Amino acid sequence: MLPRAVGEGFTGRSLRRTPRRAPWAVALISTVTLAFFVLPLIGIAGRADWPGLPRDLSQPVALQALRLSLVCSLAAAAVSLVLGTPLAWVLARVDLPAKSLIRGVVLLPMVLPPVVGGVALLSAFSLRSPLGSWLHSALGIQLTFSTAGAVMAATFVAMPFYVITVEAALRNLDVRLEGAAATLGAGPFTVFRRVTLPLVAPSLAAGAVLAWARALGEFGATITFAGNIVGRTQTLPLSVYLLLETDADTAIALSLVLLAVSLVVLVALRSQWLTRA
Amino acid sequence: MRFTSITAALLVAAAATLLGGCGSDATAGADQSETGSLAGSITVSAAASLTEAFTAIGEDFMAANPGAQVQFTFDSSSTLAQQVIDGAPVDVFASADEATMAKLTDPGLISGESTVFATNQLVIVTKPGNPAGITGLADLPDVGIVSLCGEEVPCGRFAKQILDGQGVSIAETDVTRGQNVKAALAAVAEGDAVAGIVYVSDAQAAAESVTTVDIPAAQNAVATYPIGVVAATGEPDLAQGFVDYVSAAEAQQRLAEYGFGPPE
Repeated sequence: MLPRAVGEGFTGRSLRRTPRRAPWAVALISTVTLAFFVLPLIGIAGRADWPGLPRDLSQPVALQALRLSLVCSLAAAAVSLVLGTPLAWVLARVDLPAKSLIRGVVLLPMVLPPVVGGVALLSAFSLRSPLGSWLHSALGIQLTFSTAGAVMAATFVAMPFYVITVEAALRNLDVRLEGAAATLGAGPFTVFRRVTLPLVAPSLAAGAVLAWARALGEFGATITFAGNIVGRTQTLPLSVYLLLETDADTAIALSLVLLAVSLVVLVALRSQWLTRA
Repeated sequence: MRFTSITAALLVAAAATLLGGCGSDATAGADQSETGSLAGSITVSAAASLTEAFTAIGEDFMAANPGAQVQFTFDSSSTLAQQVIDGAPVDVFASADEATMAKLTDPGLISGESTVFATNQLVIVTKPGNPAGITGLADLPDVGIVSLCGEEVPCGRFAKQILDGQGVSIAETDVTRGQNVKAALAAVAEGDAVAGIVYVSDAQAAAESVTTVDIPAAQNAVATYPIGVVAATGEPDLAQGFVDYVSAAEAQQRLAEYGFGPPE
């Protein structure tokens, strides 16, 4: 096993940036900017009915939404891992014609408005589409209005985050390490399994977590493609949207759950990146 | 000369009073669209089912009152009512049921009383040609995914009322809920939902993209549509002018064209 320090470079931890005080103008503007992000969090925490939180979150609608969100987001992350890693490898290593275009297409869902993504998925996979109707007539599968459809919608928007993370890591890997393993007699898959994979494992994890967090928050593509069915496709964000009119307290309780989970993920991710770099 | 100018001034004052009086007469049923004196800019929040009818009525109104500008926001009555409660700058509110209007009249957010200007009924919509062979409400639990409005949306409430009235129960895992009636309709017209329950006016607007299955009058519900001026409006005269226009003959004709029934 190669020590991770080789990937870090020879500077290691000795060249730490010396702490500096910010110029007052920079500090002022930064404070305003930070307030812009912090105030909504304080607002929602203040608006929440904290004593009623356990009761609100244990309602059937809320529990269904929480369960579905967990299932769909984890499934989306898993699919991203399995299907995204080979694609990331190809983008990083293989010489393809029009690679920028291919990469652009893969990363498109990151910038596409999610509802537009949902409409695109509908055109490709609904029962009216050639593929969708074949799936239904030949295999009895309907992707729209199903939990599988919700997973598909979440994966569509989340996988690009995984691919871009892993592709960057594979690019930054020193190919001479793999070359050395090959000259020592390892076949390509062994090289991948015992040299490449352990070196990029932190990035695989970071990418999977990013994809999972994005999938957790998905709304537009899910409601357009998978519909809004309690217990089948009504994930947390969909539930919050509808509950806001009828049961604002539960909507806010669910929002807090999403906020807390996202915050934990982001904080954990940062330290992940730190140890890797 | 002075006598003439005083007379002229009195005549103008009298005319202004008459026109102003017409503008704020909330119970007028006469056709006042030819005054042409209303000016300003208002925002009207109206139930999604009124999309086509009110867009046409708005154009008629603006043609009759060249100085007036009317902008519409269409969404579920419940969403729009919540926006007004939260302080959205809306001048006129039109809802698909009286219960949602009551959410605004009770706390005094509407000037005076609301006026009922139209009615609507519900209908089952299916894929073109009705491939599932649906003949009535009783078939709905077995056809697959059914599209209804959210439970707090008027059309969702009416659908529940109709289904409960016939003892028909559709499994929640077979129901996809739209945020407003247009979303519920789209799930059938554009999406893969097998059937849905929407307003007659929406089914008519969807024309060839759906086939309708009637709900017998005895089983059906009647939606009454009230309209009112929002108390916090900055354009009370124009807002009231629009509200009056909607009850007048020309607008009523338009509503009938788009599948609405007369106010009862």
